[in-house]
Amino acid sequence: MNDRRFPFDWLLLPLVALVACGLLWSLSSATWAKSLPSPLKTWEMSKPYVLQPFAKRGELDQGVLRFAWYSLVLVAKGYSLALLAGVPLGLLLGMSKIFTRGFDPIIQILRPVSPLAWLPLGLILFQKSEPAAVFTIAICSMWPTVLNTAVGVRAVPQDYLNVGRVLQFTRWQMLSKILLPATLPYMFTGFRLSLGIAWLVIVAAEMLTGVPGVGGFLWQEYNSLIYEHIILCILTIGLVGFVLDRLMSLIESRFRTPDLAR
Amino acid sequence: MPPPLLQLTGVAKSFRRGRDNLSVLHDINLNVDRGEFVAIVGFSGSGKTTLISLIAGLIAPDAGKILVADRPVVGPGLDRGVVFQNYSLLPWLTVFENVALAVEQAFPNWPFEKRCRHIERFIEMVNLTPARGKRPAELSGGMRQRVSVARALAVEPEILLLDEPLGALDALTRATLQDEIERIWERDRKTVVLITNDLDEAMLLADRIVPLTAGPRATLGPSFAVPADRPRDRQNVARAPEFKQLRRELTEWLLTVARGKPMRGDHKETSTPQVSLVREAV
Ligand SMILES: Nc1ncnc2c1ncn2[C@@H]1O[C@H](COP(=O)(O)OP(=O)(O)O)[C@@H](O)[C@H]1O
Ligand SMILES: [Mg+2]
Repeated sequence: MNDRRFPFDWLLLPLVALVACGLLWSLSSATWAKSLPSPLKTWEMSKPYVLQPFAKRGELDQGVLRFAWYSLVLVAKGYSLALLAGVPLGLLLGMSKIFTRGFDPIIQILRPVSPLAWLPLGLILFQKSEPAAVFTIAICSMWPTVLNTAVGVRAVPQDYLNVGRVLQFTRWQMLSKILLPATLPYMFTGFRLSLGIAWLVIVAAEMLTGVPGVGGFLWQEYNSLIYEHIILCILTIGLVGFVLDRLMSLIESRFRTPDLAR
Repeated sequence: MPPPLLQLTGVAKSFRRGRDNLSVLHDINLNVDRGEFVAIVGFSGSGKTTLISLIAGLIAPDAGKILVADRPVVGPGLDRGVVFQNYSLLPWLTVFENVALAVEQAFPNWPFEKRCRHIERFIEMVNLTPARGKRPAELSGGMRQRVSVARALAVEPEILLLDEPLGALDALTRATLQDEIERIWERDRKTVVLITNDLDEAMLLADRIVPLTAGPRATLGPSFAVPADRPRDRQNVARAPEFKQLRRELTEWLLTVARGKPMRGDHKETSTPQVSLVREAV
């Protein structure tokens, strides 16, 4: 592999790639994909949404970051629920072999189920679209937290547990002073992956339920035949997801306890 | 005469290995008096850690009795402090917090100030005051082991169980820490069971050396009393005729009697003699 470095390569290389993708996009919209708006047209149409990202001109006509914010709030609700349920479930799975043997098959079956399949069930259960969306986000995004927490608990070295046993820790002390801190780095990996999924699910959830947000906006603009805004939404969703992931990586690295060479 | 503080009678321990039963320790008898410093030497993989874990109460024997102050051991207790073979510090806690974890548990009723002073005193005792705020990852092996010693001592246990505490350290650090252990022992004359594979270390520190035969079914040999008063001089231990004699006897016992029985199965790790044992023989 060649990996030559030159000044400002970190900036120049992505810029070159960006230009290349833009060209491909322009070419496509000019040739085989006539209904695909060109980059310029997209920018023209998106201007008011991007330049006044928090404006609220009407219920269906708001700045793009305002929509993103609505989505984020919804994600936060579902995600919190996912963590609240996922961590204890992961701890139980990690601590008890019997529990694992019982519940692991069920988890493996539920894990790959698409959000599109959960949503109708949420609608039936809660009758309203917002709780249904929150339910869907929670149930789809909790699995990485559950599994990573369980793996983390199983990976706690017996030595650490022996320290607690020699000091005659109670079960509660064992959990709070040894198991939880030792598992935390694994949990944060799970939290980061879960957040990625939660953000992935939001668009689908909003599309199907009509809850306001980037996903809702995207669907609405599709129905109004304003295809430029679909691209705007896609880019926004991608960017917000990227920022979320970066933030979580930062937090994750703070909690990474250095492995002692044992 | 008061009864021994620690008594092991006919202790045996085996582990399940697949469908087989691996008998590790067999017919272990050991009495340790209050204030006595006993070293147990043996081949690696012979069951030394298993023996320490039994005394610590981390595992239960299959047969036999383990008594501390005439009471049977039913589990771990704060009367027995353990320095684990691999330090076992909690990596997310600082030096101070690692020791504090133990002190809070041992003396929950002490006022906060008193506990802090106590912790500082033991960190000072192992010369780690400048590193009190560091985490284990920032410490050298020798420093980590000192934290581990401080943590065990700070609980003020009746018996201190040291499982190859200096095994992973370089010779110089090892010598420094041996001196520290000697100094600390001189000060409060704790009852100590030291596991080591270094005969010089055993002769430098212990009142009595008990060899463990090679496994499986390892058992303890006769006691070898260490001559001369304390504190012992490292040079003297290396050269004086009575120590040379003791080293020769121990080595001979370990290499002939301890390994003289037919080996069962193919326990590779038990059939490799410790390098240091062989080195002592020359
Ligand atoms: N928990 C365990 N389960 C199964 N086998 C074990 C266990 N602990 C130790 N052993 C086996 O017992 C033997 C002695 O181990 P150990 O006490 O650690 O030896 P030493 O400390 O003398 O090196 C080894 O063969 C080891 O594999
Ligand atoms: Mg060992």
